[in-house]
Amino acid sequence: MSQPGIESPAVEVEGVRYAYGDREALADVTFTVPRGEIWAFLGPNGGGKTTLFKILSTLMRPTGGRVRIFGHDLAHEPHAVRPRLGVVFQDPSLDPKLTVMENLIHHGHLYGLWGETLQSRARGILEQLGLEDRVRDLVETLSGGLRRRTELAKVLMPRPELLMMDEPSTGLDPGARQDFTAYLRQLRQQDHVTILITTHLIDEAEQCDRVGILHEGRMVTMGEPDALKRMVGGDVVVIDAYNPGELQGKIRERFGCEAVLVDGTLRLERPGGHEFVREIVEAFPGAVKSAAFGRPTLEDVFIRLAGRRLWSNHG
Amino acid sequence: MDKQTTVRLALPVMTLWWREMVRFCRQRSRLVGAFVQPVLFWILLGAGLSASFRPPGMPAGTAYLEYFYPGIIALILLFTTIFATISVVEDRREGFLQAVLVAPVSRASIVLGQVLGGTTLALLQGLLFLLLAPFAGISLTPLAVLTAIGVMFLVAFGLTSLGLVIAWRIDSTQGFHAIMNLILIPIWVLSGAFFPASNLPGWLQWVMKLNPLTYGVAALRRCLYLGNPALAGDVPPLLSSLVLTAVFGLLAFLAATAVARRSTT
Repeated sequence: MSQPGIESPAVEVEGVRYAYGDREALADVTFTVPRGEIWAFLGPNGGGKTTLFKILSTLMRPTGGRVRIFGHDLAHEPHAVRPRLGVVFQDPSLDPKLTVMENLIHHGHLYGLWGETLQSRARGILEQLGLEDRVRDLVETLSGGLRRRTELAKVLMPRPELLMMDEPSTGLDPGARQDFTAYLRQLRQQDHVTILITTHLIDEAEQCDRVGILHEGRMVTMGEPDALKRMVGGDVVVIDAYNPGELQGKIRERFGCEAVLVDGTLRLERPGGHEFVREIVEAFPGAVKSAAFGRPTLEDVFIRLAGRRLWSNHG
Repeated sequence: MDKQTTVRLALPVMTLWWREMVRFCRQRSRLVGAFVQPVLFWILLGAGLSASFRPPGMPAGTAYLEYFYPGIIALILLFTTIFATISVVEDRREGFLQAVLVAPVSRASIVLGQVLGGTTLALLQGLLFLLLAPFAGISLTPLAVLTAIGVMFLVAFGLTSLGLVIAWRIDSTQGFHAIMNLILIPIWVLSGAFFPASNLPGWLQWVMKLNPLTYGVAALRRCLYLGNPALAGDVPPLLSSLVLTAVFGLLAFLAATAVARRSTT
């Protein structure tokens, strides 16, 4: 591992484990985030994302392994790391009884800012996020979307070098989500901020530089979204059958390939998906309710590795 | 220490204190709960019990209303600190505290800001109640008022810290109410605030001797009657009461800091 300094990576996680009593929430997680990248941790609820987030944000200590942020060991030097961190929690951490400005001033004081510097930074960031008309509004009177924006303004004001966000786009509509992602890219571009987010949204993860997929406390894979999708061979064919189990056997007999039964639908990875859909429908008339094929998404990567869907009704 | 360092150390404490003040001003119901309620207690119980109950160990002619007066000051301090600690439980539940915990601020300064916030509010309400002393038949000298303020500060500091030890470990306000009824209210009842230790069964006298708030209430009584010590009745002496109250405050503060250091959410 590298020494603290200009060159050390933003985040180095080495063999990190965490257990709540007997239940292992994280098992031997290792990865390195270079500076200036946007990473997404994707996975179902209960996969370990939130535990990892709490450890990286200095709230919890891992039961094993080591975390370094900008070269500083979190176990020994959290005070060296915290001033450089910006953390956006899933629940807004604003005080509803204070105004937007008062919340920012309070936060600035905690980060050692005061006086004129603090005032001008607060005004600057509020203007940048389009909140200048809300400065004197009590936070409890703001809509959910405005609250999230205020939260972001608050966290960005001390100019963190590493920004961490737990499910940041929860409660944002698709349009706002697009704007949000664009804003993150701009932040990375202009201020060279390293950004980590946790998400359960496929499209959000696909827009990041790198994606780590967490399942049952393990980092099952990580890499660039396109590289991960190339792991899936060809197209993904999804068949909704009247009797999936029976069709699964028939496909094996006839085509010599194994369809996986996930949440009641059959899935196959196959080059030339459109041809295959036609062949199946013709070979087993009346057995197929509907069939579709498409380019693989990160969800297909997850299904391949975890054997279940990200959003499972049965999980 | 240069100015820069001093400001950096004082800022988090100051800002958390300031936030408590602003929140209090915007939640009027807290004033009613923490001030009006004890005053009502004082008037109703004081007037009611004055007719049938002569506090033993006190000079002849001391009405219960007068005896109860310092006890009500303690109750006001207790109620205010309970409200202050409930707001810490709410801060944790609502997620506000998480952001404070990941900020570059030591846990000791977080706790100090919270304790000073609760203490200041308690002090202001205690001061307001001192204005009612003439109605209890107590004539206060300026020195009595000054020393009483000092004692109220120490007592409130200790009680807020004790409240925080509980608040940092509990994540629901219901849980806090249960603990409050089980611990905080008995501490007040058995402090000499409600009835004197004289003539009580031996075991109860011992419980009161071991209760730290006993010395806070005794110190208050001693200060109110600074010009005429005989009127304070049969309670522990001023100096030892002050020392014990200060020691309790310090220990409770250290305990709250230790609990906060271990807290993750």
